[in-house]
Amino acid sequence: MAMTIGEKIIARAAGVDEVKPGQIHTVNVDYLMSNDGTTHLTIDMYNNKLKNPKIADKDKLVFIMDHNVPAENPKTAAAHKKMRDFAKANDIKLYEGKGVCHQIMVEEFVKAGQFIMGADSHTCSYGALGAFGTGIGCTDFLYAMVTGTSWVMVPETIRFNLKGKLREGVYPRDLILTIIGDVGANGCNYKIMEFAGEGAHNLSISDRFVLCNLAVEAGAKTGIVEPDEKVVEYCKNAGRDAGDLFVSDEDAVFEKVYEYDLDKIEPVVARPDFVDDVIPLSQVGDVKIDQAFVGSCNNGRIEDLRVSAQLLKGKKVHPDVRFLIAPASNNVFLQALDEGLIDIFLESGVMVMNSNCSVCWGSCQGVIGEGEVLISTATRNFKGRAGHKNSKIYLGSAATVTASAIAGKIVNAEVIYG
Amino acid sequence: MSRIFKFNSDVDTDQIIASQYLLLPNIDEMKEHAFESLSTDFAKDVKEGDIIVADENFGCGSSREQAPAVLKALGVKAIVAKSFARIFYRNAINIGLPVIVSKEVYDYVNDGDTADVDMNEGVIKTAGRDFNCTKLPEYMQNILNAGGLIAFLNEDK
Repeated sequence: MAMTIGEKIIARAAGVDEVKPGQIHTVNVDYLMSNDGTTHLTIDMYNNKLKNPKIADKDKLVFIMDHNVPAENPKTAAAHKKMRDFAKANDIKLYEGKGVCHQIMVEEFVKAGQFIMGADSHTCSYGALGAFGTGIGCTDFLYAMVTGTSWVMVPETIRFNLKGKLREGVYPRDLILTIIGDVGANGCNYKIMEFAGEGAHNLSISDRFVLCNLAVEAGAKTGIVEPDEKVVEYCKNAGRDAGDLFVSDEDAVFEKVYEYDLDKIEPVVARPDFVDDVIPLSQVGDVKIDQAFVGSCNNGRIEDLRVSAQLLKGKKVHPDVRFLIAPASNNVFLQALDEGLIDIFLESGVMVMNSNCSVCWGSCQGVIGEGEVLISTATRNFKGRAGHKNSKIYLGSAATVTASAIAGKIVNAEVIYG
Repeated sequence: MSRIFKFNSDVDTDQIIASQYLLLPNIDEMKEHAFESLSTDFAKDVKEGDIIVADENFGCGSSREQAPAVLKALGVKAIVAKSFARIFYRNAINIGLPVIVSKEVYDYVNDGDTADVDMNEGVIKTAGRDFNCTKLPEYMQNILNAGGLIAFLNEDK
């Protein structure tokens, strides 16, 4: 039977020849990732609620501390200690302060064709390398940790055929926000968003990461870009094989097919408080900002930092704006240092933060106050997500955020380049 | 009888429980902060056995299981919505909190109305009518019937 990429990955994980949407299958999970947002609760349940606590395969587990790192109060410190101690006692891989969980997973572990669950909604990012990543809660995590398996209801696939190339000054962030604005926050609820076509193959792995990362903001179970030679090259450079590069069969069944011409995508922003409230940047009006942020699992990679540095070189952050940049991982941070980007940031007045979720998480770093306006490359702009419940968050590309930080209000980067 | 607390569409998990409370030691310490950003007295007013009725896409956003967990800890007996975001839906079932899809109930009730929820039959009696709700797939119903995924796991092993 013809299958889509996502169906093929589920079939592989379930050890069956074929799967169909709506079926429920037990799957073997290739990796299980958990971060400090919920791991303390998982450990409590493991210790107190299970009849027979055991870990099926410690090598499949990855613990990453990235949300409230470093700890901002004693209760967080206690949660971190619990996670650290458990990892040590059970010989589980632990990353602390090394970067945002999804960035680390893609840099270190993910292969095409894998089925990966993570206790974080943006686990859907792993489709950048042709894997099926999906977010779960801590009870699901616990079950998979104990059994090595989980269950999945096979979702239908919605295909996005991409053609052409993004024009200069237009970024994958603009593309995915445009798509989410079109389909809505519920538009791909429990679906697989599959990105394919020559336009998808024109995108770099970092670009693909941006697309898949925000799939959950359209309600999707995961996002997957059709893997190709770029995935092979990425994995080779990272010192691992690329895994199984599944592509959809020609007669695979898609619930819907959308066509997007990348050449026609314009810079956009998402307005407060919904990721799907997307308007062209040209229509945003006069919006003064108090803070700007470049970072997160969506836009904290070297490509984004280069865009910011190019705009900031020889300029200053607007005196009324705090501009925070958090590289997505220490590998990105080191490369930015090597390329002289951090010098540019510091000289222009940027606050460079350690590699973590930072402002996107809105809990321990760069929190905004009542009535303040933030423009951000964060994953979400929900009400109160970055601090006070009566603050506002706009989402845009690293170029739009950086240009706005220089201008003091939301502008197109063209304004800065002149 | 359950009191109905009515919510609009796209209620996200950050609204249900904000990030800054997620690393508190346990759900009981978190629950008083439920829906804090909406400036409602929900956490004070909700009583054991009450229900939430919502429009589309309830629980969108993060995978934080603290979201359904604080609602359950506050006594919410069930959530009835036109649709749910997928991670929230699965998390709710995993912790034994019934989530019921009904395209109709929301349009017929007001905040503060009362309802009778018959979980076994999948029927909600309110606004002078009986509403039949979409049934869960058997696998998920079995998890819910066990009281959640951990109870299911403990039974299994």
